[in-house]
Amino acid sequence: MRKLKLLLVGLSFVSFLQAQETFPVNGTADERTGNYAFTNATIVKDAQTTLQNATLVIKQGKIVGVNVAIPKDAVVIDCKGKFIYPSFIDLFSDYGVAPATTGQTTAVRGFGGGGGRQEAQTTSNTKGAYGWNQAIKAEVDASKEFTLNDAKAKELRTAGFGTVLSNLQDGIARGTATLVTLGSENENFQILKERASANYSFSKGSSTQDYPGSLMGTIALIRQTYLDAQWYKSKPATEGINLSLQAWNDNQSLPQIFDLGNDKWNALRADKIAKEFGVHYILKGGGEEYQRLDDIKATKASFILPLNFPQPPDVSDPNDVRSVSLSEMKNWEMAPSQPAMFEKAGIEFAITATGATDFLANLRKAIQNGLSETKALEGLTKIPATLIGVYDKVGSIDAGKVANFIITNGPIFKDSTIFFQNWVQGKKYSLKEDGWNDYRGDYTFTVNTKGTVKNYDVVLRGAPERITATLQAPGDSAKTNLTFTIAEKLVKIGWSSRADQGRQNNLSGVIGKDAWTGNGYMGNGDVITWKMVYKGEVPAEIRDTAAFAGGGNRGGGFPGGGARRTTASTQADVIYPFEGYGNKELPKQEDILIKNATVWTNEKEGNLENTDVLLKAGKIAKIGKGLSADGARVIDGTGKFLSAGVIDEHSHIAATGGINECTQAVTAEVRIADVINPDDIAIYRHLASGVTSEHILHGSCNPIGGQTQLIKLRWGKNAEDMKFANWDPFIKFALGENVKKSSSTANTRFPDTRMGVEQVYADAFQRAVDYQKMGPNKRKDLELEAISEILNKKRFITSHSYVQSEINMLMKVTARFGIQVNTFTHILEGYKVADKMKANGVAASTFSDWWAYKAEVQDAIAYNAAIMQKMGIVVAINSDDAEQATHLNQEAAKTIKYGDVPEKEAFKMATLNPATMLHVADRVGSIKVGKDADVVLWSDQPLSVYAKSLYTIVDGVVYFDREKDAAMEKQIAAERSRLIQKLLGERRTPGGAAPARGGRPRTDSDDDGDGID
Amino acid sequence: MKRKYFNMKKITGAFLCLFLLIQGKAQETVYPAPAQKDAIALTNATIHIGNGQVIKNGTVVFSKGKITDVGASVSTSGAKVIDCKGKHIYPGLISPTTNLGLAEIDAVRATLDERELGDMNTNVRSIVAYNSDSKIIGTLRSNGILLANVVPQGGTISGSSSIVQLDAWNWEDAAYKMDNGIHFNMPQLSSGRGGRRGGGGFPGGFGAAAAGGDPAAAAFERIDKVRAFFKEAKAYYDEATHEHVNLKFEAIKGLFNKTQTFFVHTEGVKEMEVAVEFAKEFGFKTVIVGGNDSWKIADFLKDNNIAVILNQMHSIPLSADDDVDQPYKTPSQLQQAGVLFAISDTHAETRGRNLMFNAGVAAAYGLTKEQALQAITLSAAKILGIDDITGSLEKGKDANIVVSEGDILDPKSSKVTNAFIQGRTVNLDDHGKQLYERYKYKYGLK
Repeated sequence: MRKLKLLLVGLSFVSFLQAQETFPVNGTADERTGNYAFTNATIVKDAQTTLQNATLVIKQGKIVGVNVAIPKDAVVIDCKGKFIYPSFIDLFSDYGVAPATTGQTTAVRGFGGGGGRQEAQTTSNTKGAYGWNQAIKAEVDASKEFTLNDAKAKELRTAGFGTVLSNLQDGIARGTATLVTLGSENENFQILKERASANYSFSKGSSTQDYPGSLMGTIALIRQTYLDAQWYKSKPATEGINLSLQAWNDNQSLPQIFDLGNDKWNALRADKIAKEFGVHYILKGGGEEYQRLDDIKATKASFILPLNFPQPPDVSDPNDVRSVSLSEMKNWEMAPSQPAMFEKAGIEFAITATGATDFLANLRKAIQNGLSETKALEGLTKIPATLIGVYDKVGSIDAGKVANFIITNGPIFKDSTIFFQNWVQGKKYSLKEDGWNDYRGDYTFTVNTKGTVKNYDVVLRGAPERITATLQAPGDSAKTNLTFTIAEKLVKIGWSSRADQGRQNNLSGVIGKDAWTGNGYMGNGDVITWKMVYKGEVPAEIRDTAAFAGGGNRGGGFPGGGARRTTASTQADVIYPFEGYGNKELPKQEDILIKNATVWTNEKEGNLENTDVLLKAGKIAKIGKGLSADGARVIDGTGKFLSAGVIDEHSHIAATGGINECTQAVTAEVRIADVINPDDIAIYRHLASGVTSEHILHGSCNPIGGQTQLIKLRWGKNAEDMKFANWDPFIKFALGENVKKSSSTANTRFPDTRMGVEQVYADAFQRAVDYQKMGPNKRKDLELEAISEILNKKRFITSHSYVQSEINMLMKVTARFGIQVNTFTHILEGYKVADKMKANGVAASTFSDWWAYKAEVQDAIAYNAAIMQKMGIVVAINSDDAEQATHLNQEAAKTIKYGDVPEKEAFKMATLNPATMLHVADRVGSIKVGKDADVVLWSDQPLSVYAKSLYTIVDGVVYFDREKDAAMEKQIAAERSRLIQKLLGERRTPGGAAPARGGRPRTDSDDDGDGID
Repeated sequence: MKRKYFNMKKITGAFLCLFLLIQGKAQETVYPAPAQKDAIALTNATIHIGNGQVIKNGTVVFSKGKITDVGASVSTSGAKVIDCKGKHIYPGLISPTTNLGLAEIDAVRATLDERELGDMNTNVRSIVAYNSDSKIIGTLRSNGILLANVVPQGGTISGSSSIVQLDAWNWEDAAYKMDNGIHFNMPQLSSGRGGRRGGGGFPGGFGAAAAGGDPAAAAFERIDKVRAFFKEAKAYYDEATHEHVNLKFEAIKGLFNKTQTFFVHTEGVKEMEVAVEFAKEFGFKTVIVGGNDSWKIADFLKDNNIAVILNQMHSIPLSADDDVDQPYKTPSQLQQAGVLFAISDTHAETRGRNLMFNAGVAAAYGLTKEQALQAITLSAAKILGIDDITGSLEKGKDANIVVSEGDILDPKSSKVTNAFIQGRTVNLDDHGKQLYERYKYKYGLK
């Protein structure tokens, strides 16, 4: 009772905030100053400054100062033993602006759509003078949407937040976010800054419009919108008023926040856009950025990090665990280290609560995993405030700032610390008042039964918010546990001592200033009154421990108590890429001498027996006999075969977010280069099969698809580093059933026939011709820019094709515009027009023996490659499939079976010929001095079904080594086993993180008032 | 307009005549071979018996459709001798699971007859829908695949398969062994979520579990239905006469007397375990089809005498953490454990014509070439219940024989020059070869 200075009850219902002047008063004016002084507190002004025994004075929602004179009219609140912190700021919230319904998620249409029976929606459904694309919502102003949501505000306040930057998280351009405090009344006063940032994402959200249907389409749209907005500044008459572009331009002066979604590589994608258009994004991460920290750091961007640590995957069934990948388990283990890793790397970051099921528990987990408390606090206060330029308003406890702070019973990052109150704009919000008053100590407890008075000794102990107690009768050495339930000022007491013979004594009463008093029934039915008076302190070691097991601190902790355990993941390493076959250290370029192999050169020298090949600095340096190693690593090639690496002209691996932008007949603006996914396990599997380069193509669902990307299989590198340097860019065209959407029962997108397909090309080429003639101030159109590149022979066509009519047609249309197709891919009826193809100088990249899977491949024959080859066409065998690419050497061998192609020519179809048609034969495709050291050492004759790649080398780097691969399998098994053990342990831990199937972690607090745990 | 049309017709007519002249035999004039008249001896070849044995420089003699002699020095008197010097002779290859003749063009629904509506289609029979004129057939036959087990799909029980020989006028003619087995699609016991990253997905066979809920519970419910069905069927047989004849029960009599095989289509460990124990309740002769993870429980399969028909080796591993060569190695793992297995090729884009190359891959990863061959000949015959009449080049068996210029398992040397089905000299022409000839003619190529 000594600390019973309770002044606060009832205050929370009265606002000091003056009613808005413009609002009529219904009743009597009740203007107050909201003047408070918080005394005797430990005040953490900011992460760097902590003041002991200090006083905070606030007035009318603002901070007057720390350790300033206490005004006479201030309400004084004694905060002895309490801590005051600036409340947290969340830069990534949808508080108060989220759509009322959850319709948003159901409206989201996955990438890769656009087929099926739906009527095409080619323009926006948004009514008004807005732009063409429904996902560009630059005009949305969150301050205009903002309404209070007390339930959500309370949730955020409970986690320590006072200010959030709130935005309608829907669409690619999401308009502007508004900075609001988390008070519960009157929107007018909560908004600190109406337009505080402009927000973006890669997700089209609720847009029902078809375009964009892929990540690459999304990126293309962002690019085009930057260009359009720039152009719109000239007020083009041809555009009229476009409020979306207008808003886009207006928004540019604000801090720009980009939501990256869940893909860590999106950070690099957004960064690329930023650099292209000279903007600066604050990047909201997805949680796995730590897996590419060097790349992330190189963006030099600031981040907003979620604490969305994954739930432990269910590993309880040894068979089902087969579908839990090592990367998933590792991510579970390592994700809580992300903030610490960012700190260590010196990357600036703010922390958001969005995405964390239990924010405080996860925050503490992040600290246990190495995040410093200083950085944690900064990430929740100063950094977010500074990032959006409002540190003058919020983010620390300094004079003049908004009175946003929290009061706790200890350092905020300590597990057991309780957040008592969260003050928003000088208004108190109680979070958990239990324990504000520390009742612990020694009491005299007096029971009065019909005038007979009996005194007991009662000790209140444990945690302040969760009192346990023991009762000792005079002259009795035995102690009885009391159940003690305190609710505000009311108390319930129950016990049953030996003398009660199992009966329960039940009392209730009120906590008064000088004494606790009340009445009740004894177990024997006696009606009694009681009184309890504070006697003095008890020693700390008794005071701080619960009176009996199961009581005490338990309720004081935070749910998701797994955080309490020290789970610092000391054994975890980031591997590149972040999955089973990734490497802790990327393999390095070496000088390598392959000795005494049979070398299939693909050159006029033919196949050389007992020959050495020296690889130096990533190039083929020497070919000959008896070469000196000269310090190079020697690989014995005796009995083995060395060849150039396999090159796949037609692949769709290693791309993310959809490889088709199907939503328009012409999507020349989209680029596979934007969506390369270096984590695709297919890369490693293909290396294991002797593949060194792949041409990653847009799909075949529209006549003019997207720009392609040639990559080298540099496993572990990032997307940019995988790209084949200085190659001639290509673009994917497609013909036939796919582009006319034959699988759809009700296609509404032009074209629907091969007749229409021709006109799509004629139209696109003609538009590009006309476009190029336009003046210098024309709107830059990325689609027509790409088609213009084709017309100017700066970009080359690889066209999906099947039947002879369409092959012939495309050669004629292109010829009309002075160009020609570079490569016909698939080209299964190429053999029917091989003479025309030869005459037009086009190349052919075909399947070895695929056929009869759709109507247009009924005449596909396995002799196709052979006929075209005999007609003098450059022919390649391609895969179009992650599995097929693992045996392109065998597929090339089928041209011997089907059409008697000579062995050497057959092998070129998987190596030199694709290099030729991709214009990179000067660098890859054969074993020749000066070419890139992209070679394979085979166990057997390279065309044989029995041949395995022993080493696959790209740029002189051994990316696949069959012996090392066997060792890696063992490593994977060991690492999986370690993690499964750890996960099983996690699941066994009481109060540990919830099982994968669960929702929120179970809470242990006993709030049912029975006092029994 | 009229004139133009007339001209067109004329041109077409002329073209047609020309075409017939050159071709001699369009698809429609590739005739199924007549019965063997004279004895034939294939001499001087490397003979792969199909049971692991190899005879160098040997001879096979067959007469009236049956093999009469095989060996290094056998008499060829009275037989028409075909010199196979330098060539390899194999038993006719057997595709143990295929939709051949039931599906012509995957993307054209009208050409598909492989998946009937309904859940317990025990009485649905693939043989009656087998299109012996399918253009696909010729491309398998010319690769040495002479027999195929034609399997229906769909439902929990899809129906009965039949084994056909690939050179026939009609399905009756084609039937080699009718209704040899009943096909059960084992429900999936776990949701089998794939890896989040590319390439880690689950290949065919790991069908989606019932949306939401516990997949295991749903699976056991379905299995219970099948169990109840089999129990009633068994009880039905115990009574000779019936007021109502139940066609679905009638169709699976053979399962109980083991004249039919119980084919279980499934991939996962738990599914295989549950299915095997389920089949034991009824004493069925059981074969696993698919068996992606069979290598994990090879001993269990061996102990229970369960054979496996593996899908093609040219498949991607189940999960991103798997050995990148796992599908290639599975056959040798089963071989080592002593499990009887066959290899199938159900690849949708090549239409199953690469059966022997998949066996070749298995040979590159642990099997001997003869073991790999066995997996597409004698072992397949054993699993399908036709090893008494085919599957190996042994005296008394049907003369189902393939001659290849080189190693049939390796694409660079696999060139079938002769094939015989029940002694009949099979025409090895096919749709592809005909178009090849047509355009060689157009371009004057040799």
